[in-house]
Amino acid sequence: MELCVEDLSFAYPKRPSLINGVSFSVDKGDVLCLLGPNGTGKTTLMRCLLGINKIKRGRIKIGGFDISNMSARELARLVAYVPQATTIAFPYQVMDMVIMGRSPHIGFMSTPSEVDLEIARSALDETGISHLQDSLFSEISGGERQLVLISRALAQQSNILIMDEPTASLDYGNQTRILKIIRGLASQGYSIVMTTHFPNHAFLACNKVAIMNGGKIVAIGSPDDIVTDGNLSDLYTTKIKVVSTKVRGMLSGEIKVCVPLMT
Amino acid sequence: MLRQVHNTGMSQKILLLFLALMLIFFSSFLLGRYQVMPDKVIAILASKILDLPKTWTDTMETVVLQVRFPRIIAALLVGGALSSSGAAYQSLFKNPLVSPAILGVSAGAGFGASLGMILHYPWWAVQVLAFLFALLAVATSFLISRIFGGGGNGSMTVLVLGGMVISALFQALISCVKYLADPLDTLPAITFWLMGGLSKITNVDVLFALFPIILSCVGLYLIRWQVNVLSIGDEEAVTLGINVNLIRFVVVICATLMTAAAVSISGIIGWVGLIIPHMARMLVGPNFALLLPVSLIMGSGYLLMVDNIARNITAVEIPLGILTALIGAPFFIFLLSKVKKGWT
Repeated sequence: MELCVEDLSFAYPKRPSLINGVSFSVDKGDVLCLLGPNGTGKTTLMRCLLGINKIKRGRIKIGGFDISNMSARELARLVAYVPQATTIAFPYQVMDMVIMGRSPHIGFMSTPSEVDLEIARSALDETGISHLQDSLFSEISGGERQLVLISRALAQQSNILIMDEPTASLDYGNQTRILKIIRGLASQGYSIVMTTHFPNHAFLACNKVAIMNGGKIVAIGSPDDIVTDGNLSDLYTTKIKVVSTKVRGMLSGEIKVCVPLMT
Repeated sequence: MLRQVHNTGMSQKILLLFLALMLIFFSSFLLGRYQVMPDKVIAILASKILDLPKTWTDTMETVVLQVRFPRIIAALLVGGALSSSGAAYQSLFKNPLVSPAILGVSAGAGFGASLGMILHYPWWAVQVLAFLFALLAVATSFLISRIFGGGGNGSMTVLVLGGMVISALFQALISCVKYLADPLDTLPAITFWLMGGLSKITNVDVLFALFPIILSCVGLYLIRWQVNVLSIGDEEAVTLGINVNLIRFVVVICATLMTAAAVSISGIIGWVGLIIPHMARMLVGPNFALLLPVSLIMGSGYLLMVDNIARNITAVEIPLGILTALIGAPFFIFLLSKVKKGWT
């Protein structure tokens, strides 16, 4: 197992716990999709996996090693984070942002070398935005920013990617662009944990789905088994129907979509 | 390829800035009421290292080495210290409107100095008190953030609030001292100190400030990449492998030490630590690894030029802090109109 979470619990000091006894594992090439309503602990769980939140109970293991014994630098070589595209205070260029992904590999007192620059360039190549390298991060579109942050995670050369709503506030075209990249990365052997508010994306890009509610994982398994009428309707407390439809010319023949019923 | 072209462009810019600084440095020796010719200045300065035949008068030597030299070096040190600590704080707080005074260092120094003056301490003790109270003020702000910040995101906000509270407290204490001070001699002395200036600088003062300022500059330079990554956000920095608490601590220590040393020999000089990092950022971008050396060079040159104006333009010396504000405020407006990239 690449990433293994055992009986994890977390609470901020003097607050009720936000995550209660969560266990799951992610293998090489897996894309795990976390579904759950707002405020259910998805982000808190990710922050635990990234070492930002120090866990109260349980264990997180990567390749068999407990992450609580690792420094930020050691952990950053194993796990990379793709945050939601936010604003930054200073006018950084795209290349400035991507090369920051090399930080866990750069000596404490040195700066990126020519080799780091080369790695950052090929990370930009991989997401297809090399032409943006001298643009200002604050002036490119939301979809492009998301690609920049993915490139930064790739430059980090960590095998596990944690993505916080990678398709949030993107248009249809950009959503599919990101999902395709996620599938491509998984086929290269990356392990990916992502959150989303679009259950459809579970069918499109993931091979594992975990449903989180009230700080617990209530169901985990393959998208076909987990993303069902009953589970979704309970989760979002609104009626949702999962329908299958045939698409001509597609290999698998059948695709599934989730539709909320406005009753 | 683009990037490499970019980088050689950067080193050319830094080289040009450095040459400009050297030019300002040497020409500053020529300015002043007592005229000393350039060849004599070079000979006098070189005679400290080389064994040269004496072609100048004793007065010339005193003017160059005892009067102008400490003052020029002090301007370089103070300007460089204020600008680089300003740049470091702006990156640390992820806020381009932060100045070195944010954690209470100036107010603390002001109180220390006025306390020393009302107690009629010798001048060196006034400077030491200014230095110590500057450190005390920042240490208190930092302690407040540690006790009430609760770690994580909140502690930076509490740190800024702590700095504001401590500044206000020391400002009130300064007012107390001024109220009690003898209006004929001590009060004007305190008031002039708070306006900032380098007219009383001696070679001993320069030696006093030299060590903490150089040490802190080196400290900041060593962690330049870590500070750079920190400026995009604390949590993202953690996931990029940065030891955020350690870096934050080192930045506060270095910035405080160098600002305290600068303020204790110069008095309070505003605006330099705010606008110079902006100009540097417009020139080389926000990457702290470049921003730090460029802020240092530009800050040194800027304050030296302003100090040349302060000591030469009128018969009576103009307090430096007044000039930096008079020049700085309109210049800041000019920067706002020029900014295309924006800083938010």
